[in-house]
Amino acid sequence: MARDIYERKIQQIKDEILLLGSMVEQAALDSVAAFKQKDLEAAKTIIEEDQAINDKRFAIENAIMILFATQQPLAHDLRLLSAMLLLSNELERMGDYAKGIANNTIRLGKADIPIPIRDIEKMADLGVSMLHRALSAFVNENMELAVRIPEEDDLVDELFNKSYRAIVNAMVANPAIIDDASFLLWIVHNLERFADRTVNICERTIFIISGELLEMDTTNDEIHHETDE
Amino acid sequence: MDINNNGKSKISVNNFNFYYGEFQALRDITIDLPANKITSIIGPSGCGKSTFLRSFNRMNDLIPLVHTTGKIEIDKENIYKINVVELRKRVGMVFQRPNPFPKSVFENIAFGPRAHGISDKQLLNEIVEKSLRQAVLWDEVKDQINKSGLALSGGQQQRLCIARALAVKPEVILMDEPASALDPIATLKIEDLIQQLKEKYTIVIVTHNMQQAARASDFTLFFNMAEDRAGYLVESGDTVDIFTNPKEELTEQYISGRFG
Repeated sequence: MARDIYERKIQQIKDEILLLGSMVEQAALDSVAAFKQKDLEAAKTIIEEDQAINDKRFAIENAIMILFATQQPLAHDLRLLSAMLLLSNELERMGDYAKGIANNTIRLGKADIPIPIRDIEKMADLGVSMLHRALSAFVNENMELAVRIPEEDDLVDELFNKSYRAIVNAMVANPAIIDDASFLLWIVHNLERFADRTVNICERTIFIISGELLEMDTTNDEIHHETDE
Repeated sequence: MDINNNGKSKISVNNFNFYYGEFQALRDITIDLPANKITSIIGPSGCGKSTFLRSFNRMNDLIPLVHTTGKIEIDKENIYKINVVELRKRVGMVFQRPNPFPKSVFENIAFGPRAHGISDKQLLNEIVEKSLRQAVLWDEVKDQINKSGLALSGGQQQRLCIARALAVKPEVILMDEPASALDPIATLKIEDLIQQLKEKYTIVIVTHNMQQAARASDFTLFFNMAEDRAGYLVESGDTVDIFTNPKEELTEQYISGRFG
């Protein structure tokens, strides 16, 4: 192979993206567990550990910039490296959503809000599962999977709407809980945005494979070309 | 293979084969090159890029045992039906190493127009100034117009050669690795100059420098060498497409440095 060192460096960055992805997955799972168990110590730890996610994102960016400057990547390499630049940013933001859930868990404290928590758990499980599979689609360049995952975002949106209505209804029924319940609204919002970002990861994976920039418009359950907008 | 730039083609090549005696150097090339665009030809050493370029103004005619089949047309005129002196006036060439004549800057430029019958001093002055301005060299040499062309820097010498080619009012300019002997700054000046020239001329450039092809051209041809060492066209297309999302695996491998 003519460019062994270059290829090894690209592979290392790919590995770092997967590592960053698994840190974000873990942060999301931990934040929802802390929320469920009202474990404020665990929530604090998640907030502190977000720094490691931010640091990794910058390290990945730096490594990619160095390859741009020194290796002049083209074609598939160019698409892969530019996509990974964006993926590192998406993952870092997803880490921020986990941190947001932890923050609001602390604000909620030990308050009891009378809403079914099951839908929130489902949103979290689905979002993390979507991320896990989106990273698998990315690393294996699996077009079919990258196209299919965004469809699941509709279900997350449904769960979000359902939870949102339940929380607002609880607020109306008992205005005394409005402050605490608004923290819950932030938590479900963070989970909804978490799933949206997995759609972006799929879009970038499709770009790596095909060179096409598609927007996966899950609202209408259709795939639109960006230029159609 | 058609050009896909919604523009008109300047050079049409149809089923072109090129032989050095028994050896086939180019096989069955069919391509239209767009007018007023910069076309770059890339490919590994020995794939026939320069041979192809030099076919456009019949520079290969002087090589013994060379023969060709197929057709090359400039503005729908078969190049073998055009007087060769006239053809080379229409299709100018700039070489890898700057090769000014051992004469003054002025005489280097005036040489071509004089050979084509222009003797009026005033007119020659105008042609020299205009050509040097087009080659973005005038401001640097206007006070040393009678100095030897060989006294200029390498980058200036190459722009002098481009000015010399422009002086006979060509339609097409062929460039065979025009910046490979120049430093990076002089190279960028040549690339900038080429961009300016495409408004008036059709430019075809052979380069080994992938980044140069990506930076400086609108349309790219990728040649490769077959097992019998005959060059063939693998892929052509808009430069942006070739360098970001080539269709052929071979192109992908070549431009990302996996072979060649």
